[in-house]
Amino acid sequence: MSLLSLREVRGGYGAITVLHGLSIEVNEGEVAVVLGANGAGKTTTLRAICGMLGRVGGEIFFDDHEITKSSTQAIARAGIAHVPQGRGTFTDLTVAENLRLGAINRKDGGVAADLDQWYSLFPRLAERRDQLAGSMSGGEQQMLAIARALMSRPRLLLLDEPSLGLAPLITKEVFDHLRQINEESGLAMLVVEQNATLALDIAHRGYVLETGSIVASGAAETLVADEGVRKAYLGF
Amino acid sequence: MLLAFDFQLFFDQTMNGVSSGVVFASVALALVLIFRTTSILNFAQGEMALFSTFITYRLAADFDLPIGLAVLVSAVIAFVGGAVIERVLIRPVEDSNHPLNVVIVTLGMFLAINALAALIFIRPGQEALQMPALFPDGKWLGVQKEVIGFALVLVAECVILYLLLQKTKIGLALRAVASNPESSRLVGIHTGSMLMLGWGLAAVVGAVGGSLAAMQGTGFDTSLMQTVLVFGFAAAALGGFDSLIGAVVGGLIVGIANAWTVQYVDALDGIELVVPFALILVVLLVRPNGLFGRTIVERV
Repeated sequence: MSLLSLREVRGGYGAITVLHGLSIEVNEGEVAVVLGANGAGKTTTLRAICGMLGRVGGEIFFDDHEITKSSTQAIARAGIAHVPQGRGTFTDLTVAENLRLGAINRKDGGVAADLDQWYSLFPRLAERRDQLAGSMSGGEQQMLAIARALMSRPRLLLLDEPSLGLAPLITKEVFDHLRQINEESGLAMLVVEQNATLALDIAHRGYVLETGSIVASGAAETLVADEGVRKAYLGF
Repeated sequence: MLLAFDFQLFFDQTMNGVSSGVVFASVALALVLIFRTTSILNFAQGEMALFSTFITYRLAADFDLPIGLAVLVSAVIAFVGGAVIERVLIRPVEDSNHPLNVVIVTLGMFLAINALAALIFIRPGQEALQMPALFPDGKWLGVQKEVIGFALVLVAECVILYLLLQKTKIGLALRAVASNPESSRLVGIHTGSMLMLGWGLAAVVGAVGGSLAAMQGTGFDTSLMQTVLVFGFAAAALGGFDSLIGAVVGGLIVGIANAWTVQYVDALDGIELVVPFALILVVLLVRPNGLFGRTIVERV
């Protein structure tokens, strides 16, 4: 049974339809990646999942519950954490406050222990815990955004172009962290990316999105091996 | 011209300035609370406070509540009223593409609440109402007890707001909504409740300020908060509009500057209002973000 399931999802902004009926599955423990060029509808897909799109058709199920019409905060509380494009940092709050906000709806006593865990994984955040988040570099803010999302102990992590605006070495570091987190905790992830090589490298399953429709999908290795798909959509 | 400087007079005028400064600071705090959470300038803040002031008065005069208790009960009613106004009047017209709509609504509320207050609370033949004093007459260490009491009220407001905003989970959520509403929803914060909370808190601070304002001078009527609102805006601008501490310091500066002008600058008799604004002009020329406003630092 899949953890997240999009069935024939349509939607857009105002009169403009961006998504033309796409179906995506993410299983427990799996990293799925949606690849596509600018304007293909990658960000819109994630916004549709999180209830941030005014107009959505089709059905979205998370953990067997329909969330198509749920509010953004209800979807977050159900266990979907979203790292939006541009990272969504609370720039005028401190690093520590950003992380505590990730855990704001948790009632268990493990928040302090989780904070320590992410500080040890991302030492730069520990050093800067009392600084305003907006004063950090792009790479540090991306790490902060991921750590903040993980503070909610989500069951599914959505990442919108984690490589955007980052130097290649930093991007590599971000993806290495994502792989490590998935391998150690089995956290399911849905990553949308333009950087196909890096994203497919950590993914189990891949989708290729073109102008709001899925044009190719399959196991990550299969997609990489398929010369037709590679030439037409992945550019390598 | 005075030949010998009358220090006692100077001191008394300064203290007068402090007590009106406390009122300006309260209104400025209310304006800043709403501006920070919703980026709205609430032109109706003064009239909302006026309405609460009348409630305080009626609780004390008609229901014989002790004035301290009357202020507290009125503050609770103000909290509910502020939250309801946000939900019923503000949110339906809020639209980031048309930010002026909300401004027009708050201007409409300015007129409507004032008229409503006159209709409900002013009885035929009444002109000025006398709010009972919260603090006793007399002096303590040469300072009017009322001034000390007012200052303590302001300190209490600041301490409570600081603890609430900086030390509680709900305060963190409130600041998160002010910082980034979309990300707040993504971490599961119910942003609507936080906006209602922000308006409720602002209404409480305003209600306290209004009730104190009515204790100064001889009697109050429906025009009580109109100049106070102008001074409150001045105080908030001086402080930088997004800083609570700036609102407090701004309120006291404006209050004291106004009191000195009334006493010492005969040339401005009747138009003392220009002084705080000249002050603001100078401060904003030197520091465009106000005394305590933050320069936005953001790396991408």
